[in-house]
Amino acid sequence: MKETAAWTKKHLLGTEDLSKEEIQLLLDQAKGFKEVLERPIPKVPTLRGRTIVNFFCEPSTRTRTSFELAAKRLSADTVNIVAASSSFLKGETLKDTVRNIEAMKVDMVIIRHSCAGAALFLSRCVNASVINAGDGAHEHPTQALLDVFTIQEKIGNVKGLKVSIIGDIAHSRVARSNIWALTKLGANVTVCGPKTMMPVEIERLGVKVTYDIGEALRDADVLNVLRLQLERQKQPVFAGTREYIKCFGINKEKLKEHAKEDVLILHPGPVNRGVELSQDVADGKYSVILDQVTNGVAVRMAALFLLSMVKT
Amino acid sequence: MNEKRKRKILDKEGIERTLKRIAHEIIEQNRGTKNLAIVGIRSRGAFLAERITARLREIEKAEIPVGTLDITLYRDDLTEIAEQPVFLATEINFDINGKKIILVDDVLFSGRTVRCALDALIDFGRPANIQLAVLIDRGHRELPIRPDYVGKNIPTAINEIVEVRIKEIDGVEEVIIFEAGQE
Repeated sequence: MKETAAWTKKHLLGTEDLSKEEIQLLLDQAKGFKEVLERPIPKVPTLRGRTIVNFFCEPSTRTRTSFELAAKRLSADTVNIVAASSSFLKGETLKDTVRNIEAMKVDMVIIRHSCAGAALFLSRCVNASVINAGDGAHEHPTQALLDVFTIQEKIGNVKGLKVSIIGDIAHSRVARSNIWALTKLGANVTVCGPKTMMPVEIERLGVKVTYDIGEALRDADVLNVLRLQLERQKQPVFAGTREYIKCFGINKEKLKEHAKEDVLILHPGPVNRGVELSQDVADGKYSVILDQVTNGVAVRMAALFLLSMVKT
Repeated sequence: MNEKRKRKILDKEGIERTLKRIAHEIIEQNRGTKNLAIVGIRSRGAFLAERITARLREIEKAEIPVGTLDITLYRDDLTEIAEQPVFLATEINFDINGKKIILVDDVLFSGRTVRCALDALIDFGRPANIQLAVLIDRGHRELPIRPDYVGKNIPTAINEIVEVRIKEIDGVEEVIIFEAGQE
């Protein structure tokens, strides 16, 4: 029988602290859950009696629904706490809410918060397992894991693949989580975007940096195109959306000129159509955006399952 | 310590003959293989199911669907078992509605695995009936479950362990019995 690494982590806070083996174990389990989702009754009794709280302090459709569905497919009970991001400030208020969560005797808390480190903070004050569903511009581990799962499903081994992450790298937790997950599995990662959206010393994460879209597209096996996060940019970091589209927007012409014919195109959603991706590319044949959403439920089921099995 | 040696209950030929007999019994009981489908419980039951299916096809010259069931997600002891469960996809690529399902496992003991398998199977549809075939029945049932086809009945003490070893997983073909802690 194949020897696999055991899962020992109680929390899933980021891909930075996952080993290569842990990432692969989770992805392997996700394969099994994808099969569960294709059954006539896509539900198993595994987490009956467990209570999972979705605690979202930032807007979300995909991730929250995906986690909720994943929990329900495993027969766990779910509770949603949706807070307007404005009413939640760092520190005290979060701690207050934590008390409420504790009182509800929950087994797991899935948190999204605009502050980096919110999930880590929470994991230190509650007995429940904590999953980070996005903390500021820091990490969004399940998004990266579903991205890698989709790449493995469509192409196979990630090792040696050239993956270009394009867009607003500085504001992107998806980029950071992807970089850690992909480089651990042996992919060659290039990041590309306007200089104003590129964090200083990003090279230290083991990626190549380019400001030339042509170079990012050339020989790439996978493009992970990020959303232009206008809501996070407190001050304008580029001349205008039209200039961004001109320089970094992915359209048929740029792909034809620079990219491999069968390049795989990922996007974490929601897409600003006509901005980072043109209409025809977003709906084109190498776009796997909807596969990513489908796979997201399977990957999150795997995460919920593995964390639930950890003895504390 | 008790020096009772471990005993071999079946060897390679013994396993082969037993599976062949089970195949014949299945055909006899069901008057042929019409509407029959075989489902093995991962992991050893799955390989035994493949072998029984091969025998059935050989004898009846008919195509019989075969599938594999992973019951990890249905277990009632997930939080109690020592080693971490790693489950694999269930592979049932046929419609089980209206089929006569032969469920195959290596050892029948408490019956809890079979209970999980029944729950899992029924989530796939409504078979005409489900019959149970096991290579070894060692007794000590904890649930009202009985097999329809038994390779060998082995009376055991509760602290004894029965292991079916097959070439696909273990590299050898044998059924052995030994006391816990002796191996």
